[in-house]
Amino acid sequence: MVKRLSVIDVDRCVGCQACMFACVRRLGKGGLDGTCIHIQSAGGIRKGFQVIVCRACENAPCARVCPTEALVLREGGGVKFNAELCIGCENCLEACPFGAVFWDQEHQKPQICVYCGYCADYCPYEVIALEEIEAVNCG
Amino acid sequence: MAEIQKDPLSRILYVDLNRLSYRIEERAELFKEYLGGSGVGIQLLSENCPEGANPLGPENPIIFAVGPLVGHYPLASKTAALFKSPHTGNLGESHAGGRSAVALRMAGYGAVVIQGRSRTPIYLVITSEGVAFRDASAFWGMRSSSSVGSVLRLREEGSGLRSIMRIGRAGECQVSYACVTTETYRHFGRLGLGAVFGSKNLKAVVISGKRSLPIADRKAYRRIYDEIYQEVTETELMKKYHQLGTAMNVNPLNQIGGLPTRNLTSGRFEGADQISGERLAADFLGRRVACSHCPAACIHLAALRIPYPHDPYFYKTLMLGYDHELVYAMGSMLGIDDVSGMLQVIDETEHQGLDVMSAGVILAWATEALAKGLISTNETDGISLQWGDASGYISAIKKIVSQPTEFYRHLARGVDQAASIYGGEEFALSFGGNEMPGYHTGPGAHLGFLSGSRHSHLDSAGYSLDQKSLKEGQPLTAKGLALALMEEESWRQVLSSLVICFFARGIYTPENISQALEAIGRSYSPEDLGKIGEKILREKYAFKRREGFDLRSVRIPGRILETPSSTGMIDRNLIENALKIMTEEYDGSG
Repeated sequence: MVKRLSVIDVDRCVGCQACMFACVRRLGKGGLDGTCIHIQSAGGIRKGFQVIVCRACENAPCARVCPTEALVLREGGGVKFNAELCIGCENCLEACPFGAVFWDQEHQKPQICVYCGYCADYCPYEVIALEEIEAVNCG
Repeated sequence: MAEIQKDPLSRILYVDLNRLSYRIEERAELFKEYLGGSGVGIQLLSENCPEGANPLGPENPIIFAVGPLVGHYPLASKTAALFKSPHTGNLGESHAGGRSAVALRMAGYGAVVIQGRSRTPIYLVITSEGVAFRDASAFWGMRSSSSVGSVLRLREEGSGLRSIMRIGRAGECQVSYACVTTETYRHFGRLGLGAVFGSKNLKAVVISGKRSLPIADRKAYRRIYDEIYQEVTETELMKKYHQLGTAMNVNPLNQIGGLPTRNLTSGRFEGADQISGERLAADFLGRRVACSHCPAACIHLAALRIPYPHDPYFYKTLMLGYDHELVYAMGSMLGIDDVSGMLQVIDETEHQGLDVMSAGVILAWATEALAKGLISTNETDGISLQWGDASGYISAIKKIVSQPTEFYRHLARGVDQAASIYGGEEFALSFGGNEMPGYHTGPGAHLGFLSGSRHSHLDSAGYSLDQKSLKEGQPLTAKGLALALMEEESWRQVLSSLVICFFARGIYTPENISQALEAIGRSYSPEDLGKIGEKILREKYAFKRREGFDLRSVRIPGRILETPSSTGMIDRNLIENALKIMTEEYDGSG
């Protein structure tokens, strides 16, 4: 089974954004540009936080609208990205209902979670975890 | 070095509110010499604030500065604000976290200098593109500083990546201890930055950005990051901040008689247990939140459910930040042992945008002055201020801002001003013009308030010297205290120049700061850092002297010598001798 980053309990999120910094550090940089996970308040900090990250959809809308097959479905859920084929049309950016396709301004290409789980290693409160994707079973 | 050149830290954004224009200057040498934060801030203040400037005049600059570790390492999460204080008429410096530091760094600046005065109310939007000047006339006079935040949150971009600094009515009305609030729960609290915003017709500053930062040695960077991160999250070093939070101090301080109560007529509060960190956590803690890049999450929010008195089945649920200093200033100092009442006083103070600590001490003085007959309800506009009565304090806070009588106009200038008119100086608890923090542990605490460059408990943490002496049974001497306080304040200049949260002072040692900087391409030995700290502290003192401060003539409130502290009665001679030693040190004659 393939893995994805799951939001286990968003109510434990304190908004420290350590996951965002981890995602960029994974690329050998400091700062926040390039992060594929985003934490923002749920309409003011008093209301808590939202975690925005690719949920590895089974039939991902972002891949469905890609005209060049730069984004293709990954078997078992989620997508794979081939930057060489990307023409920067932003269809994927529009298509993701979670806003989990981020945009690399410099290269004009999408940035999407690669399901490595590095960010989860830096979540001190078990808000997120790398988990196997389970098929939804409605009996 | 090539990597550092790609780092935008040394860019300083100068904003001119007279002309509604801005420019950017590169000051690599300044950041190299003074690191950032407080160090760069005091230089920029000295450069841009003319001698004798009116703190509420257009000539008083507002400086915000961050440092090289921001965006790279956890808990480098503060922004240092420097300005001339309208409260003390001298050095103004205040630090806040939230997302302010990360947002400023990600916008691509190391510092911002705001000068001049806008003709009409405005707010600024600072991004990597520069500055947008937006009309804030419609926001002027809004009842709550929180509402301004809510409106700007919807109106401006960058959710999750921005800081929304704003003032309340207190800032607009230039109450000399008005604060600037950011991310609802963090404040540039002390010394009146909010009034300086108000004097410039500046309602808010929104800062946002997203960028990456260069690393010199990736392997070393990740290793040092992980070491620091593990110390933050897995050791005892920061446990107190993320469990009960700073309010955990309330009970222990009370037990040793160091919790200022009812305008420091006592160091013990019989209701301490009712408003303690333990009580708040057990019955009110509704959520914990963090500053950007701080896994410690020390910000504790109390959930308070309040029924509407005349509307059955209508309730509101407030989420209010609390810390030791708030519990002291709006709890024990005012004799309030009822959490609900205390939180409602805090709520009003937040809406108005006042510094909670100054407000609490001023109300405590007024309560005692009323009881002693120095003032009457004529002065208080009919409000009978009484220990423990939250509703009277809520009304008085509103009046401090709206200033319906001469009395409130004086209260709006601080306890020194009020006592100079109505008397009661011996129980006006201010130090260098700034109202007292929540520690009456002994001479160390008070010497710290008197001598600290910000007159804050955070300058040199004298209370910890008192508590150490109490624990270890070593006597406190004038020389020992003077030197220890100066050494601590000197080192803290390094932390605040790197804008490392003081709560992480046990983690960021000279050695690992040196390594952390090396990994991002900046070389400083632990000794270099120590010298920079000393230099910055001396320069702050030079500014203070330039503006007329003299450590030898600082007023020692009589009350601190009359109420037994944790370490017993405080000896005036010891305080005066220690101040003399410090004066000589700062003069260079020691």
